[in-house]
Amino acid sequence: MYAQMIKTARSGVKTREEMTEQERAFQDKIDADIKIEPRDWMPDDYRATLIRQIGQHAHSEVVGQLPEGNWITRAPTLERKAILLAKVQDEAGHGLYLYSAAETLGESRDELVRLLHEGRMKYSSIFNYPTLNWADIGAVGWLVDGAAIVNQVALQRTSYGPYARAMVRICKEESFHARQGYHAMMKMALGSPEQRKMAQDALNRLWFPAMMMFGPHDSESTHSEQSMAWKIKVKSNDELRQQFVDQTIPQIEYLGLELPEPGIKWNEDRGHYDFSDPDWSEFMDVLRGNGPCNVDRMNARRKAWDDGEWVRDGLLEHARKKAARAVAAE
Amino acid sequence: MVRDDFLFEYLLRLGDNTLILGHRVSEWCGHAPVLEEDIALANTALDMIGQTQMWLGLAAEVEGKGRNADALAFTRDVWDFRNLLLVEMPNGDFGQTLMRQFLFDAFHSILLGRLMTSSDTRIAGIAAKASKEVSYHLERSAETVVGLGDGTEQSHERMQAALDYLWPYVGEAFIGDTVDAEMVAAGIAPDPASLRAEFDEIVTRVFAEATLKLPESRFAHKGGKTGNFHTEHLGHLISTLQWLQRAYPGCTW
Repeated sequence: MYAQMIKTARSGVKTREEMTEQERAFQDKIDADIKIEPRDWMPDDYRATLIRQIGQHAHSEVVGQLPEGNWITRAPTLERKAILLAKVQDEAGHGLYLYSAAETLGESRDELVRLLHEGRMKYSSIFNYPTLNWADIGAVGWLVDGAAIVNQVALQRTSYGPYARAMVRICKEESFHARQGYHAMMKMALGSPEQRKMAQDALNRLWFPAMMMFGPHDSESTHSEQSMAWKIKVKSNDELRQQFVDQTIPQIEYLGLELPEPGIKWNEDRGHYDFSDPDWSEFMDVLRGNGPCNVDRMNARRKAWDDGEWVRDGLLEHARKKAARAVAAE
Repeated sequence: MVRDDFLFEYLLRLGDNTLILGHRVSEWCGHAPVLEEDIALANTALDMIGQTQMWLGLAAEVEGKGRNADALAFTRDVWDFRNLLLVEMPNGDFGQTLMRQFLFDAFHSILLGRLMTSSDTRIAGIAAKASKEVSYHLERSAETVVGLGDGTEQSHERMQAALDYLWPYVGEAFIGDTVDAEMVAAGIAPDPASLRAEFDEIVTRVFAEATLKLPESRFAHKGGKTGNFHTEHLGHLISTLQWLQRAYPGCTW
């Protein structure tokens, strides 16, 4: 998941009467759960909204390499190192599929990357938090990939075909990551007192940032209505957040860790867990660029891009020379 | 029958090469010039860590002192490491990383090809598995060296600088010692000197295509595979690699 606060490129939902004939036919397809494919006609705003959402998701996969990469060289066993390397490789692969999905809408990867580097596109707030101890890597797999799965399972039914299909593949890999993350947490939670301390610290620090991944309350989420009507978004932020909390609390209890905040309580009447709100002003700060790692993350990405320029140029020039030689040889 | 201490020493050389180079390559995570390279570098590192698990796992078994691959990777000090100096050299820029990879892959692929017919079936088995991965590594690193060598003026200069810098660390791979002699006598492994002609053939061909000039000097820094004389770089690498195991000994992770 990794799309938050996606501004739908239109305010308000058009009534059937306000729609053109083309728009009505489009909405009928959506309502009948027929996937929209790249060559189909679509409203410009539908296209623009999807590009934003898929682009943000792709950027999140790419920037998400950084907090996990932070621990690859320090992973405590060869097996954990291999698992983490494989996971980070998967995330970069997800970035590739998603950029490709955005390309089917007519937006190039280079353009999306440029917008990210200029600060005009975002990635998920979660990756602006640091990974400070080894248990954070387990917690990221368990909670962050876990939250992503809750959202992405819903998105497998999203209306745009290439995005929905990318989600099917991505969800399979993310489920694997979440299980591996939980397993790493289990080792820590059931390990030495110091390991247990690391596990508790990781859970406490990452709990609210994971909650924030679902975005603001539905009542504050002004852009959702049109996205829901277009089935770009399938479930509301609050529904997904509740689902995540309900599935995660028993997992925390199984680990024998303390609950990360005192507001978590089973509510018999609702049949769900109650929980406290994250600090939404902190969330807004992170989105505005003031999270603990925003500046470092973007500097790292820009540096990678700038330092790599000579490599990209060199390989392109070689391809050009090779093609020219092939033509000359004919 | 070869003595276990010689065999142990030989297996450390194989496993330490892949451990240290895998570590170096993994340092790139998230910082590559393009997303496809992030994936390829992570994949290369992953292969090498997988090979490390097999080589050091077998080394620990041969040693028979109750250690496992993790104990060997995470609790030995610099003087116990038996990797070539080449693989502990810093990443430098992307060109230096890929040049180091190419030089190692060329050597490694030839060595693994010979080890596939080792008289020790355990070694032959690991070599067969690793060889598939490494032939792909070599294909990719050679292609990149050619692409960047024969690219722009800047990429050419950077690749030539990387080659000039790393070349003195190549020769060590082909210098034999007592351990190698024992392996040759037992039919376990080839004489390192016997790999040189094939290596020279590969690098000459690739560098010609890359328009890079092979340095004339055959001077070789040495001391890595014997453990006598590592570079200053290795200590920093293993202090990162081993930190958690050293700070919290005896835990399971």
